[in-house]
Amino acid sequence: MTAMTDDTIRVTPRAMRDEIIAFCAMAGLLAIVPLTGIYPFFVMQALCFALLACAFNLLIGYGGLLSFGHAMFLGTAGYVTAHALKVWAVPPELGILAGTAAAAALAVITGLVAIRRQGIYFAMITLALSQLLYFVYVQTPFTHGEDGIQGVPLGHLFGIFNLANSTILYYVVLAGFLFGFLLIFRTINSPFGEVLKAVRENEPRAISLGYKTEQYKLLAYILSGSLAGLAGSLKVLVAQNASLTDVEVAMSGQIVLMTLVGGLGTVFGPVVGAFVIIAMQQYLAGFGQWVTVIQGCIFVACVLTFRRGVIGEIAHYFRRSL
Amino acid sequence: MQALYAQLLVGLINGSFYALLSLGLAVIFGMLNIINFAHGAVYMMGAFVAYFLLNNTYLSIGYWPALIIAPIVVGIFGMILERTMLQWLAGLDHLYGLLLTFGLALIIQGVFQNYFGSSGLPYAIPDYPAIGGFHGLQGGINLGFMFLPIYRGWVVIFSLVVCIGTWYLIERTRLGAYLRAATENPTLVRAFGINVPRMITLTYGLGVGLAALAGVLSAPINQVRPLMGENLIIVVFAVVVIGGMGSIMGSIVTGFTLGVIEGLTKYFYPEASNTVVFVFMVLVLLVKPTGLTGRAA
Amino acid sequence: MKNSISALLLGTALTLASAGFAFAQDKTVKIGALSDQSGLYADLGGPGSTLAAQMAAEDSGLAAKGWKIDIISGDHQNKPDIGTAIARQWFDVDKVDVIVDVPNSGVALAVNNVVKEKNGVYINSGAATSDLSNAQCSPNTVHWTYDTYMLAHTTGQALVKAGGDSWFFLTADYAFGAALERDTAAVINANGGKVVGGVKHPLNTSDFSSFLLQAQSSKAKIIGLANAGGDTTNSIKQAAEFGIVKGGQKLAALLLFLTDIKAIGLETAQGLNFTETFYWDLNDQTRAFSKKFAARMKNGAPPTMVQAGVYSGLIHYFKALDALGGNPHDGVKVVEKMKSIPTDDPLFGKGEIQPNGRTIHSAYLFEVKKPSESKGPWDFYKLVGTVPGDQAFTPLSESKCALLKK
Repeated sequence: MTAMTDDTIRVTPRAMRDEIIAFCAMAGLLAIVPLTGIYPFFVMQALCFALLACAFNLLIGYGGLLSFGHAMFLGTAGYVTAHALKVWAVPPELGILAGTAAAAALAVITGLVAIRRQGIYFAMITLALSQLLYFVYVQTPFTHGEDGIQGVPLGHLFGIFNLANSTILYYVVLAGFLFGFLLIFRTINSPFGEVLKAVRENEPRAISLGYKTEQYKLLAYILSGSLAGLAGSLKVLVAQNASLTDVEVAMSGQIVLMTLVGGLGTVFGPVVGAFVIIAMQQYLAGFGQWVTVIQGCIFVACVLTFRRGVIGEIAHYFRRSL
Repeated sequence: MQALYAQLLVGLINGSFYALLSLGLAVIFGMLNIINFAHGAVYMMGAFVAYFLLNNTYLSIGYWPALIIAPIVVGIFGMILERTMLQWLAGLDHLYGLLLTFGLALIIQGVFQNYFGSSGLPYAIPDYPAIGGFHGLQGGINLGFMFLPIYRGWVVIFSLVVCIGTWYLIERTRLGAYLRAATENPTLVRAFGINVPRMITLTYGLGVGLAALAGVLSAPINQVRPLMGENLIIVVFAVVVIGGMGSIMGSIVTGFTLGVIEGLTKYFYPEASNTVVFVFMVLVLLVKPTGLTGRAA
Repeated sequence: MKNSISALLLGTALTLASAGFAFAQDKTVKIGALSDQSGLYADLGGPGSTLAAQMAAEDSGLAAKGWKIDIISGDHQNKPDIGTAIARQWFDVDKVDVIVDVPNSGVALAVNNVVKEKNGVYINSGAATSDLSNAQCSPNTVHWTYDTYMLAHTTGQALVKAGGDSWFFLTADYAFGAALERDTAAVINANGGKVVGGVKHPLNTSDFSSFLLQAQSSKAKIIGLANAGGDTTNSIKQAAEFGIVKGGQKLAALLLFLTDIKAIGLETAQGLNFTETFYWDLNDQTRAFSKKFAARMKNGAPPTMVQAGVYSGLIHYFKALDALGGNPHDGVKVVEKMKSIPTDDPLFGKGEIQPNGRTIHSAYLFEVKKPSESKGPWDFYKLVGTVPGDQAFTPLSESKCALLKK
């Protein structure tokens, strides 16, 4: 799994400064979106996927673990949040909390099973587990099969913020995204993150240095799953529905693609990748039947010509870490 | 009990498709180290080529020649893909091969969908040659415990022969020995004066051709439609992993076994018949990390 | 920005008014055809539905009365979140007034909520779920063409009356499959037949032989296929292979479209019974429309019932706009007007829109022709029975729609 990331660039104080500047620029840009007349729902959707891709990237880019079942966290959190808001009529903050907690619990259970294998076998176990979960959601009545949970009420966050107002909803989603992003950013720049990278590069060596690598990987997996869950809960607020498509294997594939297009193992790559893919879905819609062909061409071009992804290539060009 | 015999036999028939497809996938993975996500798309192309051969007014070539022509045509198409794109990925992580072939699958399926729609095209079971009371492979025989369509019987026997033939080619012949050696140590094999890149191209063609052959075989049973391979690929991929990545015999045996397991599930708990393969995979990987017969990855 | 635009508009309006122009009414309307453009339902809706919408706009005659009609189309890719995102953007940014088609029940129900929230108009022709005019009905929604209740009712009743009194179901393990099976079973039992068994299969199963063997050994007279798309065509094809129809059992496809028959081929599909509400070869009017339609389709295909429903639904919508005279942007008001006018168009004939949004029109029981009876490339159906609209669809007394309680 070493060929995936660019190892020539070290995290130096200067690189750290670049990343902080880039983060401030990103946060600033995102904060003024509602004032620009750009359609906020599009950005909100992209933000949810961006958080999801960042969570996924934490696992593969820094832990070297390719999960092919990350849709299960997105979908589980989505269903729990939607059910909590609609049927139990809880306030939105509790709904988000319940969804994220459910995803975290799922990550603990599946992590204990999956983390025992590496490489392609890890990918296959996560794929299989997410397929099992898909089956469970088809069978259980509370998900309403392919009709999904529809018309989820939004209510007031903390009893004050009316989420039906799209500008307020936008800032809530943005806050959720930035929270998750910073948490990941902090993690990869912590001693924990350094150990994780060491495990990715050479696990036997990390073990010989006395690290309990399984525990590090499990922790990273749980953190990644929980944040993917947070993305799923936020997505319910944006789309006001939860459906089977979020648990499907195609969704897991899409997460991989977003991260790859943006740049595996880069801090900002997954965010860019998510925006690119969501924009493609939205703005290529006019091409009707040719959309899948165009998407296919982009992936082929991406693998053949800019393998480091958008951000990865830029970072490589300027010899910076982004 | 009789019903159970019938389900076992039906499972075996389905298993022969899994075996053929996973065989091709295993050959490609074993020799090129690429997870060929376009396998479902080339399987579909095999079925479509058979359809064109039959329905082209000038050619009007039937099922039997199509069994040979379609895999060759699709195999050549595969070799072009390998020459122009896949070969640049040698030495990179699995993920890139997977994503490239995934992109290729999207393009192929998308193009077919644009020209032929999504609902598909008809393809009949061949009604020639007529021997005795039989019209080609049409009709069926009553086995006592079930009615067996002749065509299904043919599928099992034919794919068994092809599977064993391929296994023999790779594991028991000189050519196969070169191939295996080329994947272990390409530099050394090249030193012996063997054109390694050409062998790899031919191998990819072989793997893709096997998928196309499965496509022709399934055309009379399943609808010939652009998305016919889309859902199959994940299952077939699971078969390869269970069998042990890259193991030829492992994927053949697993293919047939999985068909039978799935057949039994269809009888006892039909809702779970698409899921059982994944349960099986988790269990196998937890007990035996590299698959049933696999070498270390 | 907004102020300057409205100032500009005001300015233009004043100039026009001074030029002696009657500028009392807003007569622009925008239609969004939201469909599956590249997946499972692309053949029965997709680009054909957009074409149907265009033809409806041309045939409405509104252009001559000073109306300006725009049509845009989108691909929901069978994903509810993409469907809602497009619908929202259409209402908020593109100022769409009416959304049509929307196959796939999950997406259809999701879009239903958006249209209600944005007070637009929703004429669904592509989705099967009867919830659109039942538990989840909305004052902004009209459901045209078909639904699970109608399909189950018409096919089930006709076949039981013709002697098919024992049934075995092959059901897709999804909400629409369960709904089809439940509604059909109710009709079978009410008419003195019985259900002897059934299997639920996962969506997108490629091999049905296990299930067909179970159906065969059940000795049921009718095997009901409560599934859709590739699942239905594969079950029919494989049933022929296993000699099920030759063995005396009969197949009843509960949801089948013209394009599916084309895909299976008459050789295999012959003798199959099913229900549709439109067929291109029903009468002179449907033939005339279908001829024009096919000439403009890429593959020369006549319209499916979903595409025909898009056309008819819009024709009726335009009648309501004409009656209102302008200002088409208040969805509830437009739909109320649509409900107040009886429907009458060349494709679906006379009918009405019930208070719950369900359009009532005749349903037809068809049988697939033998290859020897077919005279052309799309000549597939034989009409075996007609069920008047008031008997085909959910009776209002059984509807759980909240709009009826007022």
